[in-house]
Amino acid sequence: MKIGGAPMRKKSVVACEKIATGIQGFDEISHGGLPRSRTTLVMGGPGCGKTVFALQSLVNGAHHTSDAALFVAFEESTTQIISNAAAFGWDLATLTSTNKMFFLDAQLSPEVVKAGEFDLVGMLAMLGAKAKELHATRIVFDGIDVLLGLLDDPVAERREIYRIRDWLAKTGLTGLLTQKVGGVDDQHYNYLQFMVDCVVILGHTVVDGSAFRNLRIVKYRGSSFSGDEFPISLSTEGLQLTHRGPNELQYAVTTERVSTGIARLDHMLQGGYYRGSNVLVSGAPGSAKSTLAGLFAAAACERGEPTLYISFDEGAAQIGRNLRSVGIDLARHEKSGVLKIFSTRTRGPNIEDQFRDLRAKVRAHQPRCMVIDPLSALSMKVAHLASADAVQQFLDFVKTSEITVLNTSLMDGLNVDEATATGISTIADTWIHLSYVAQDGERNRALTIIKSRGTGHSNQVRELTLSDSGVTLTDVFVAQGRVLMGVARWECEQEEQAASERVFVATERKRLLLQLAQDEAIARIQVVKTEMEARSAELAVLALASSQASKHHVIDRAVLRKMRYADDEVAAIDRSDDVAVTIAAKRARRTRRL
Amino acid sequence: MRLYVAGTAPNSLRALANVRSICEAHYAFAHQLEVVDMLTDPVRAMADGIIVTPTLLKLSPPPTARVIGNLSDTAQVLFALK
Repeated sequence: MKIGGAPMRKKSVVACEKIATGIQGFDEISHGGLPRSRTTLVMGGPGCGKTVFALQSLVNGAHHTSDAALFVAFEESTTQIISNAAAFGWDLATLTSTNKMFFLDAQLSPEVVKAGEFDLVGMLAMLGAKAKELHATRIVFDGIDVLLGLLDDPVAERREIYRIRDWLAKTGLTGLLTQKVGGVDDQHYNYLQFMVDCVVILGHTVVDGSAFRNLRIVKYRGSSFSGDEFPISLSTEGLQLTHRGPNELQYAVTTERVSTGIARLDHMLQGGYYRGSNVLVSGAPGSAKSTLAGLFAAAACERGEPTLYISFDEGAAQIGRNLRSVGIDLARHEKSGVLKIFSTRTRGPNIEDQFRDLRAKVRAHQPRCMVIDPLSALSMKVAHLASADAVQQFLDFVKTSEITVLNTSLMDGLNVDEATATGISTIADTWIHLSYVAQDGERNRALTIIKSRGTGHSNQVRELTLSDSGVTLTDVFVAQGRVLMGVARWECEQEEQAASERVFVATERKRLLLQLAQDEAIARIQVVKTEMEARSAELAVLALASSQASKHHVIDRAVLRKMRYADDEVAAIDRSDDVAVTIAAKRARRTRRL
Repeated sequence: MRLYVAGTAPNSLRALANVRSICEAHYAFAHQLEVVDMLTDPVRAMADGIIVTPTLLKLSPPPTARVIGNLSDTAQVLFALK
């Protein structure tokens, strides 16, 4: 850029103008899209999606902003490109007939003889005329390396690239060049990267037999961008970045509870799982993880909430049959359309594609509750960062959609490392672990709540019992420092009941004996009391009798003295006992009269 | 024969000079040469499927042939026109 001159300087401070590609995620990491009126180079090995990337941005431009575009194909015939694009649902024929797109077949036939140096002046003139006619704003040079290779002269190659770049700047067209890398002349076109304004590299790596596609912006003149390698997926919807989403986590939280499908488990969690939370059910093979998932799904369907059951390596029919054996009927809900069961293979397409498919399913069915059984199938597929990333992104997507999701994860024992390797345990809001307790020749299932964010939860181990009538949780039996389950628990429970009955009987017997003794004592007291009353009555009679007798005796003596005329004592008797004397005298008189 | 050129671009001018000298030396008067400037007549070039300049088309006698470049490699040009 020229320095000096006021208008020039003014122009240089204007931020780089961009045009959106409409490719999901790309416009975000490039902070707006491709640089307008400039050259962008898309590099990548075979099958990385260079042509798709280029074509998709043109198609999106044509559809969204009604931008016309030119496509110069150096590598494939235009009929091939148009028919390949049909697989993505892009109707290029219509776009061509409505003058929204123009395809230039720029393949050089093998019969062409090269006799000396050539240039692109004529072609650019031709394209310029066409661009003017269509009012095109975008142009793609697909497989530019094929043509430049024919020049067989690095200096001439550079000159032609500069020519294209200058031509784009002059015409105001936004250009995309695609170029193969990874061949023998990998280094050969390195200079291209320095010449253009923006470089995007599409990669394709294989880890443990699984393919990972990714996209990276290497440079972007005059703009900030995210320089990380972002996973991408190629599907019938085209190329898209399955990017990590916004850094700031934002999702609505609620205190609403969702039933687990087991009343006692609801109680252990103080009402159930939180709506919109992520539940992890981990456990050894056969520890009833799927059953727990089935119960959750059935309870959701029962409430009439759309539910999605994603199963890996197990067909829908088999899930239905297995759950029916413990009294869970999913077929009914599937028929009514509330429940959708989606079974797929673990070792299916590449993991990004798999999650993209799952996203599509989620968008189509709009579930409120979801089951992924087992999630570990996906994360175990490859011990690769990208897979963990994909799992995490998917769960993040589910969470922001406010879907309550129950994931099962296969693990032997409580190997925390394994859980954190996939990052699931950190995302999980509630983590229930199912384990086996082997004892006295049997294996029993034990349920523990390892964590449950934002809610109190029971710290007790419960025994999970399955029967054809359903699933129940039972308190485990702790005896002599041992946790007993299964038959041992049942026996102990019986024994305990018998013992308590024995104690009850013994106590009752003792109580009755004591009661009897008590009653006897009371009766005895009554007898004694009656005897006492009888005696005291007798005593009273006796006392009366004796006092009367003595009085009679005194009176009689006084009478006797009187009769004897004994005077020494009479006065005293008269003074003290007038009445008595009178009575005695009367009696004496009466006696005498008789 | 038809030669597509791009205005006064160096390669185009060189090609024009080269084709004239080759024709004069090898075909004398038994040839017809039409020169089309792509800058002024892009539609025609497109119809002929011209991509790079300069391009020389041999239209008759059959088979037709196509030579790209500034035609400095006389042996190649003669091989194609044969």
